Amino acid sequence: MTGYRLSHGGGRIDRGQSIDFSFNGKRYAGLAGDTLASALLANGVQLVGRSFKLHRPRGIVGAGCEETNALVQLEHGISSIPNVQATMIALEEGLVARSINAWPSLTWDIAGVNDRLRGLFSAGFYYKTFMWPDWHWFEWLIRRAAGLGKVPVVPDPQRYEARHVECDLLVIGGGRRGLAAAAQAARDGKSVLLVDLDQGLPSLEGVRTFEKTAALGIWDHGFVLAASEGRVIHRIRAEQIILATGKQERGIAFANNDLPGIMLAGAIGRYVADYAVAPGRSGIFFVNNDLGWRSAIEAAQCGVGVRAIVDARPQVLPELAHRARAHGIDLFFSSLVRSAHGRGRVTGVTIEKPDGLSRLACDFVGVSGGWNPASQLWTMAGGQTKFNERSQSFQPDGLVANVEWAGPEPIEAEPIWTVHGGDEKTMFVDFQTDVTVADIKLAARENYRSVEHLKRYTVLGMGVDQGKLSSVPGAMILAETIGAEPGTLSASKVRPPFVPTAFGLIGADLRGERFRPRRYLPAHEWHVREGAVFEDFGWERPAAYPVGGEDIQAAAEREAAAVRSGVGLFDGSPLGKILVAGPEAAAFLDRVYVGTPSTLKPGRIRYGLVLNENGTILDDGVYARLQDGSFLLSPSSAFADRMVRLLEDLLQCEWPMDVVVQDVTEQYAVWTVAGPNARNVLEALQPSFVLSSERFPHLSVREGQLDGSEVRIQRVSFSGELSYEIQVPAGQAVQMGDALMAAGKPYGLVPYGIEALEILRIEKGYIHVGTDTDSETQPGDIGFGGAIAKKQSDFLGRRALTRRSSLSPNRKQLVGLTSLCGGILPVGGHVRAPSGQSGGFVTSSQFSPVLGRGVALGLVEQGQRRLGEIVEIVSLGKRWQARISETVAYDREGGRLDT
Amino acid sequence: MMRIACPNCGLRDEREYAYGGEAHLDRPELDCDDQAWEEYLFLRANPKGEHAERWVHVHGCGVWFNLIRHTETHEVVAVYVMGVARP
Ligand SMILES: [Zn+2]
Repeated sequence: MTGYRLSHGGGRIDRGQSIDFSFNGKRYAGLAGDTLASALLANGVQLVGRSFKLHRPRGIVGAGCEETNALVQLEHGISSIPNVQATMIALEEGLVARSINAWPSLTWDIAGVNDRLRGLFSAGFYYKTFMWPDWHWFEWLIRRAAGLGKVPVVPDPQRYEARHVECDLLVIGGGRRGLAAAAQAARDGKSVLLVDLDQGLPSLEGVRTFEKTAALGIWDHGFVLAASEGRVIHRIRAEQIILATGKQERGIAFANNDLPGIMLAGAIGRYVADYAVAPGRSGIFFVNNDLGWRSAIEAAQCGVGVRAIVDARPQVLPELAHRARAHGIDLFFSSLVRSAHGRGRVTGVTIEKPDGLSRLACDFVGVSGGWNPASQLWTMAGGQTKFNERSQSFQPDGLVANVEWAGPEPIEAEPIWTVHGGDEKTMFVDFQTDVTVADIKLAARENYRSVEHLKRYTVLGMGVDQGKLSSVPGAMILAETIGAEPGTLSASKVRPPFVPTAFGLIGADLRGERFRPRRYLPAHEWHVREGAVFEDFGWERPAAYPVGGEDIQAAAEREAAAVRSGVGLFDGSPLGKILVAGPEAAAFLDRVYVGTPSTLKPGRIRYGLVLNENGTILDDGVYARLQDGSFLLSPSSAFADRMVRLLEDLLQCEWPMDVVVQDVTEQYAVWTVAGPNARNVLEALQPSFVLSSERFPHLSVREGQLDGSEVRIQRVSFSGELSYEIQVPAGQAVQMGDALMAAGKPYGLVPYGIEALEILRIEKGYIHVGTDTDSETQPGDIGFGGAIAKKQSDFLGRRALTRRSSLSPNRKQLVGLTSLCGGILPVGGHVRAPSGQSGGFVTSSQFSPVLGRGVALGLVEQGQRRLGEIVEIVSLGKRWQARISETVAYDREGGRLDT
Repeated sequence: MMRIACPNCGLRDEREYAYGGEAHLDRPELDCDDQAWEEYLFLRANPKGEHAERWVHVHGCGVWFNLIRHTETHEVVAVYVMGVARP
């Protein structure tokens, strides 16, 4: 217990307002204005976490978004947020936080044994150590011991919000330069937005200011995401961006530099000035630049015990030396801190002076190894950097469209990255990921030459702080090790988000039901009333209508049997409905379909295939010729949207013809009446046209009235039964459904769902593209070779069908598969080839109630030439015997279509 | 996320558009040889620099158009309607 609250000072705290909070199960009190980190320090809590790999004890290092050790799990009842930086949490009454990564406990830590085994945990240790005999033997242990925070077990209850903002100028960073730029632009009449991580910014006239807001990244054309208090995400579009993001301090790698109590010098300065918190009673500052001195002097001025300043440089400004001496601080020039001592916290350091080593006791250490420009957003925007020798830092350089760097002047610093002579395995470069100087040198010996490879091999900079402290030192140490010129290796590429960000915030309101809005059928309420069980097929569609405790399968078999023996009613509304009209409509469609729509007579319908330019089947479906220059296409439900886009693409880009395309899919509901009694049901509703097969044959279309409503009826069938697809305006869907149910009552009409339709279409060998075909299936493979041979002209995919691979006799072809034991073949089961390898697979399989056995389809090599052959089907260690058969298992002659 | 100027609608966010691949590909005749067909189907320019490509204002007016985009900076150098030669 070394940190404490000073008796006076502290620009941000309100001493009159005490705030209770809990950390690792213990209760503490802080003050209004504290961060969790400052309150912990004020309470003397030094050990705040354990490192990722070695589980070494760690304390608070920084005061802002650079913090790498003090990651906590913020708990709100059963829900919690992992990996939050304690330095970025404003203290609130009742706040509950826990250290992450301290299983089984923070103080008695079994994984601390890792520290003694650290030889095993060198660079690339995952790849080297745990591969033999099997990574999975170790995985659970590693994941448990090496994980960061815990994934919450309940959905995130936080409500996130997304807002869109536009501005002429976005200023990121509310320091002196940022404020000046914002004020000037506002005076020039621009709309200005200023964002800053901090709060308490002065209000500027004409400037919108978002406080406690982190810019997460910069994307193309002035697009910026910014997070306010982790709850609101701003999607900002700025004509111009000024980056006034300031600078960030870095450390120096010496032995045991990760002991709790060793902090950034500037962070100590902030804790003292802003929160009146002293990290200890006797401190040593190890610096290579003037700002490190100022932090030490400021701490001493506020009453903190500063014992010594150790500067790597031979001298300093007389003014600084004078002021330091006035506070009784011992000064050591041309000197280094070689190592720190202590168990669990720092209790002393060994100093390397020109005249030898000496040891000093202390209870905190402030380190300042120089300053980097906070250039993360600059490089995310595509900006380059250039090594600046004087400051030993990579400064933004060159130009980025619409982005301006307004960072501070570089701070002069001595080049000192590591202090030689100590144990390099305890000289930490990245605290959070436990990467040491020894790891970087090992990687260099193994010939890693690029910082990007170094990053992935050692995990340097891969923690939640994204290497804010470690990236530049890591690159400099690698350069030094491989003998590269200083500055020729710059820090690894920084990626968004700039600060840890909850996934929920990025998605904001687009989650749960709003992630993808459901599409409901026009007659949804009708299906609810009929007892449908819905499934999401892109639309919420009835899977089946179970009665009397049936499961889905039993219901589907009953419904399918009813269609075969009587009549059924199916909602096919999602079926695509695309009007294609114009003088050249027929000629255009000849180029789209495998068949030849131009030869179709008005009033008739034909089945067709659409291919991509690879010759692969994209979709199948019927098209009707309504009039000479007007067609109605019925692509499958899942392809309807893509079909419209494909046709528009072709018309606008490839074949500019006198044709218009209109998607009317959602304007009409479709009721399919199917079964031997289908015609009787329609007859009962006073159709305005004759229904007989002579006057209204299979594959034709009629428009007229049914039950007083305007309808378009297509005689097509996906069940193999006499079938009418009745299109009515979507608003009349329920009314028509009711009318059909009433008219069907004498014939035992039942509603049937998708599952029954599956049974019916597999019995008939009707394919479902994407299920019974894959990305290689061509028309010839499903029995449409003849249609192509007859057609002379070009169409989508035709050229590809003449490639050698398309003509190969070994292609997989669609066949039926009949189980010899009567059971149901497994979808995805492989058809064993003579070689023992896979020679095809089962694509669809169902129990057929009308046949009393399983029916299946499959893609099998040379299948059409092997009808009658017995094959073995293998799936998950089980085997089935099956006969290759015709695709059509029921009513091969098709007589039932035309009763 | 880029901003793209639709020839009909003006400057809109990228999310309103869909990408349609390289522009100005000439679909070969049916009697072309296999190599010509392979090049049409599979070979693309992929330059580091200015790239002519097709976009469609799919959540807007629906028009297909061409633009030239710098693949490194994502600067949109030109937008021009379908059927016009690359400027
Ligand atoms: Zn548009």
